[in-house]
Amino acid sequence: MRMTLRHVFVLAVCAFAVFPILFVVSAALNPMGTLASTSLLPAGASADNFANLLTSDAYPFGRWFLNSVFIALASSFASLLLSMLAAYAFSRMRFAGRRAGMMALLLIQMFPQFLAIVTIFMIFTEVTELYPAFGFNTAWGLLLLYLGGALGVNTWLMKGFLDTVPKELDEAATMDGASHAQIFWRVIMPLVTPILAVTALLAFIGTMSEFLMANVFLRDTESKTLAVGMYGMIAGDHRNANFGMFAAGTLITAVPTVGVFLWLQKYIVSGLTAGAVKG
Amino acid sequence: MALDAREATRASAHARPRREITTAFVVSRIAVLAVTAAILLYAAPPLAATGSWVALGLLCAVSATAAWLYLTRRFIPAKYLIPGTVFLVAFQVFPVVYTLTTAFTNFGDGHRGDKAEAVTAIETGSVRQAPGSPEYTMTVALRGDELVFLLVDPATKQVSLGAAGGLTPLDGARLGATGKVLAAPGVSVLKAPEAAARGPEISALAVPTPGGLIKANGLSRAVEGKATLGYDATCDCVRGDGGTWTADESRGYFVNAKGENLSQGWQVNVGLDNFSRVLTNPTISGHFAGVLGWNLVFALASVVGCFALGMGVALALHHPRMRGTRVYRIVLILPYAMPAFAMLLVWRDMFNRDFGLINQLLGTEIDWLGQTMTARFGVILVNLWLGFPYMFLVTTGALQAIPRELTEAASIDGAAPWTAFRRVTLPLLLVALTPLLISSFAFNFNNFNAIALTTDGGPFPAESPQVGGTDLLITYTFRLAFGAGGAQFGFAAAISVFIFAIVAVISAVAFRRTRRQEEVYA
Repeated sequence: MRMTLRHVFVLAVCAFAVFPILFVVSAALNPMGTLASTSLLPAGASADNFANLLTSDAYPFGRWFLNSVFIALASSFASLLLSMLAAYAFSRMRFAGRRAGMMALLLIQMFPQFLAIVTIFMIFTEVTELYPAFGFNTAWGLLLLYLGGALGVNTWLMKGFLDTVPKELDEAATMDGASHAQIFWRVIMPLVTPILAVTALLAFIGTMSEFLMANVFLRDTESKTLAVGMYGMIAGDHRNANFGMFAAGTLITAVPTVGVFLWLQKYIVSGLTAGAVKG
Repeated sequence: MALDAREATRASAHARPRREITTAFVVSRIAVLAVTAAILLYAAPPLAATGSWVALGLLCAVSATAAWLYLTRRFIPAKYLIPGTVFLVAFQVFPVVYTLTTAFTNFGDGHRGDKAEAVTAIETGSVRQAPGSPEYTMTVALRGDELVFLLVDPATKQVSLGAAGGLTPLDGARLGATGKVLAAPGVSVLKAPEAAARGPEISALAVPTPGGLIKANGLSRAVEGKATLGYDATCDCVRGDGGTWTADESRGYFVNAKGENLSQGWQVNVGLDNFSRVLTNPTISGHFAGVLGWNLVFALASVVGCFALGMGVALALHHPRMRGTRVYRIVLILPYAMPAFAMLLVWRDMFNRDFGLINQLLGTEIDWLGQTMTARFGVILVNLWLGFPYMFLVTTGALQAIPRELTEAASIDGAAPWTAFRRVTLPLLLVALTPLLISSFAFNFNNFNAIALTTDGGPFPAESPQVGGTDLLITYTFRLAFGAGGAQFGFAAAISVFIFAIVAVISAVAFRRTRRQEEVYA
């Protein structure tokens, strides 16, 4: 009896979780491809929306996809490395300004950064003139911008996890003559794979969905990411007509995330809590 | 290399145990120097070419410090902190600090540049065609890199070259049938599409003449005009036919006797005006309180709702005899894997009155996002959908860390399941998860996307189109800063200072409470 109740509850929540996704699938398969003609269950199955999306001239979806995956992978990898380095210092070393530095990281995060977008715009107007390779409409420039947020987001989580790794391990390695760099790369890094997996996933998901900065930064159709490009797809008059294509795009966008998720799945639950417990 | 060798000798002389010079050590130092040199070589020339000496100095100083830091054996923590900090300072701290300084100015539309720029803009903006002055046939050309006008007087067919420096006669030009110049010595004539691409430059170019200014009128005509307004430095005012406007340094405007101002102003320091405007201006402070109230409700409801639902499911699945947990888990995590920006837009369309899924399923015709209450319910529901899988994941993990003996002991002591949950499981969960709940609160307090991509702050009441029913402080501020009603960056920056203060205070209080809790339970 008790078990049945549990199943009913979980099934109800599952239904809540799944029905919007079902709607997206239905819209993606809907041969009419409009919002008005879409219902919860697919009316017919056709791959037209996918075909239209991938061959469209107005919307270079493949290009956007590559841009997004490249930016998300590169930025999560780089920000992971940067915050891991900082977390190692905060967790293992004692130095003047350590506490202040950690508090500063926390506080900076609380300022709504995108309100600084005017300033960022002015900075990158200069950068575009001096170094076109890192200016507006380039993946590299956006990457630099995202790296600005690397430390704040993940350092606390990683530091919390590093604190749980016994210090005796480092000390043993030091006794054996290892330098701090060797300890970091050979001892610490292998031990923190779970938390690396979690932060990698969080960073990946976050970057894939990042809209605001990218929207200001990427103006060229060719340079857009999925978030910016697909937003334009159902903006204004196209809202109804392009909905099927948009839904198809949404499903394709989810593929890399689900891929990364499945790849890192076994680490994720343990990683999330281990970081959370120590805050 | 030489340095390292010397260091090694010195170390042995002092008979202190020093680490050997390993290959990895040498290679890493070479790599650091190489990277620094590469960055310098790439970044320095453009700065030198444009004469940005301050930036160049900064670049050299930063590179030198970085190189030195990685070559020395000292300052080990700094070696690990510097890479992230450089990016943090350049792209977060600096922009934020700069934005904060604009909170004390009137920076915004009409107040973008300094006073000299404002005067130029007022004077050139007031140019009217002088009566009886010739209308030239104009051809756009380049002299080197400089944009110039080739002007043909229709009466005399005399060709002159107009540049920002002035008007000079030009001989040897070949004219076409339309009266435009086809070719001329020393300049290259631009074709129509090329000229069209430089539209803004063309309309910005003003050729000074003894009687006034020559400005382009389209791409093939230019007229001589006179500025109807002129700046007079002796009285620090702008004079014209309409009267006299005196500079008001406290407002950054030229104001006339009636208190009216010219639309073009300049950026001035206004002190705490922006801040006091938030608190004292009745229309704004009224909005502010209302928006803040809803903002708190939204953030709290999102966090509590997501946590309650996520924890509920995690608890339901957390039973040794529960079957199918793997499948359930994957299904429950699905919303988290979908791209949030796209799903927000999908939800927006599902709430659509005419062809949205929600009305279709319920058989109703409710304009969900068109009424304040339903719109608020809607955005919270959407946020719940987006956020609960994360809470589910996190609680699942935290539950596994709670020893089963504790709950078993509680039930042996005769505690009802609810009491056991409330007195044992929940406190332990909260100790583990409060930091995450706090950061989730801070995130949702400023959850721009959740509002901007669904309701965009709406529905807007007819009497105040500035503030909508679901506006968070952040979307409201964004509209102030970049909205259609003219940008008010200074004022928006002041509001973001308030937002920052509110979130920081709430988080600080919450963190303090967590500390105490941890002391009690941990």
